[in-house]
Amino acid sequence: MSDQREAIVPAAEATRTPLPVVDPESFDRRQFIEQMCKACAAGAPVLLAVLHIAEAQGAGASGGYDPAGHVYAMGIDVDKCIGCARCVAACKTENDVPAEPHYFNTWIERYVVRTDGAVQVDSPNGGLDGYPPIEDEASVLRTFFVPKLCNHCANPPCVQVCPVGATFSTKDGVVLVDEDYCVGCRYCIQACPYGARWFHPVKRVASKCTLCYHRVVQGKLPACVEACPTGARIFGEVEDRSTPLSRFMRWEDIQVLKPHLNTEPKVYYAHLNGEVR
Amino acid sequence: MNQQLVRLAAVFGVAGGTFVAARYVLIPATFGDEGHYRAAAVSTVIARPVKYAGRTECADCHEDVVKTGKLGNHRGVSCEVCHGPAAMHAESGGDSTTRVIQPRKLCPVCHAYDPSRPTGFPQIDPVEHNALKACTKCHNPHAPVPPRTPEECKACHGQIARAKGMSQHARLACTGCHVAPDQHKIAPRAFAATKPADISYCVRCHAQADTTRRNEATQVDVEKHYKRNVCWDCHYPHNPKAS
Repeated sequence: MSDQREAIVPAAEATRTPLPVVDPESFDRRQFIEQMCKACAAGAPVLLAVLHIAEAQGAGASGGYDPAGHVYAMGIDVDKCIGCARCVAACKTENDVPAEPHYFNTWIERYVVRTDGAVQVDSPNGGLDGYPPIEDEASVLRTFFVPKLCNHCANPPCVQVCPVGATFSTKDGVVLVDEDYCVGCRYCIQACPYGARWFHPVKRVASKCTLCYHRVVQGKLPACVEACPTGARIFGEVEDRSTPLSRFMRWEDIQVLKPHLNTEPKVYYAHLNGEVR
Repeated sequence: MNQQLVRLAAVFGVAGGTFVAARYVLIPATFGDEGHYRAAAVSTVIARPVKYAGRTECADCHEDVVKTGKLGNHRGVSCEVCHGPAAMHAESGGDSTTRVIQPRKLCPVCHAYDPSRPTGFPQIDPVEHNALKACTKCHNPHAPVPPRTPEECKACHGQIARAKGMSQHARLACTGCHVAPDQHKIAPRAFAATKPADISYCVRCHAQADTTRRNEATQVDVEKHYKRNVCWDCHYPHNPKAS
C-alpha cells in the first residue's frame, strides 16, 4: 500500500512545476491558491498580534486605582426613606439609563400593609412621578418606602448563568456587565432573584447598577447616595471599622433580601419589615 | 520514519495549530487575566463620564451658601439634589449653568404629605398650603425652619381660604370676624382665634339702613328675619351661596 502511495506522490509533484516569477500566461489556479494561503499564513498572526496588543493597551488605563483591599457595599435605612425618588432620577442621569419606565438600576417600592395582613407593593415609574393616593386609608396598618437596587451579591446567580463571561464580580465586590462582550441572551435577567437587571433597548445588552463604579474609583459616592436628601442610603467599605457603612452595620439590626437563596447580598437594610421581599 | 506516522503527526500538528490559532483569535485579549471575564471591561466602565460633582465640590466657590447650609435643617441635603448634576458646572469654573428651580414643583417632591413617609418628616399639602406662592418667599431653602408666624391665615386654613376665595365673600379679610392672638401662629390650639360674638359684622352689608347707598348684598330685615338665630346658624359665611 505504501508503495502505491509513493508512486502517486512524486507523480503529483511532477505536475506542479515551480514558477518563480509571476507570469500571467502560466500563473495557474493551483499556484494562485497556494501563494495566497502562504501569504495569509504569514500575515495573519502579525495582524492579530497587533490588534491584540492595541486592545490590551486600551484596557490598561484604569487611572491608578487598585481594587485590592476594598469591599464596597450599600446600607439602606428604610425608616429614613421618604420616597422622593431623587436617587432614581440621579441614577438615570448619571448612568444614561433610558428615561421611559421599566428601565431602572434603582427604584423605590411603596409597601402598604393592611390590618388584615394583605400587602400591596407598587412602584409606578420607579417612584419618579410620585405615588397614587392610598385607597381606604382606615384599613392601613403601616406603609413605608423601600429603595431597591442590585444587591451586588457575593455569590451572584447572574454571573453563574452568563454563557460568555460578560458579567462578572470585580475584586472589590461589584457586579458589572461587559457591554462589548454581552451577546444579549437575557439569561442573567431571568436568573436575578431581585429583578435588578434590565435589557437595554438601544445597546441590546443586559444592563444593571454598577454601584457607580466610575465614581467610586475616583473616591466619589454613587449618584443615588449623593442625591439622597435624608441619608437613607449609606455607601462605603465593609471591612474598615471607621466607615459610615460599617458603623451603620454595627449599630443597626441588619437584614438582607431573600437570605434563603444564599446569594449573599451586599445591600444591607436596617428597619426592614418582614413583608419586604 | 513510517510514512503514516509522519502524516498523522502532520494532521495533529495542523489540528493543534488551528486550535491554538482559533483560541488566540476568538478569546479577547484580556479575557481571563483577573477571572472569567475581560479585564478590559472594568476600564470601560471606569471611563464613563461623571455627571454629579459630589457634595464637597461646591464649597470651593460657594463658600457662604455652604456655610449657611451646614447650620440649617437641610444640612444633610447635597446641593445637587435640588440644583441638579453639576460636574460640568464645576469643571468649567461656573460657565455652564445648573438646573433652574421652580420651588412649587421641586419642594413638594419631598415635602408633600404622603402617609408612607416617616412620621415626623415635615410635610404639607401643596394644594392648601399657600397655593401658588413660591415656597422660598417664606422658607430659606438653604436653612429652612418652619416660619414662626405664618404670614397669612391660608397657610394653615387653606380649605376655608379656597372656599371663601370662590364665594361672594372673597374680598373680605379673615380679621373682619376673627381675631387671632400672635401666639395662635405658634400654638394654634392653646391660643385659639376668636369667633364673632354677634351679627354686627354681617349687618354692615346685609341690613343697611341707608337705602340710597345700598350695595349688591342681599338685604334682610334683622327684626323679622329669624331674630332668635345668628346668621351662621343657616348661612355658611365662608361660602354663603353653598348653604
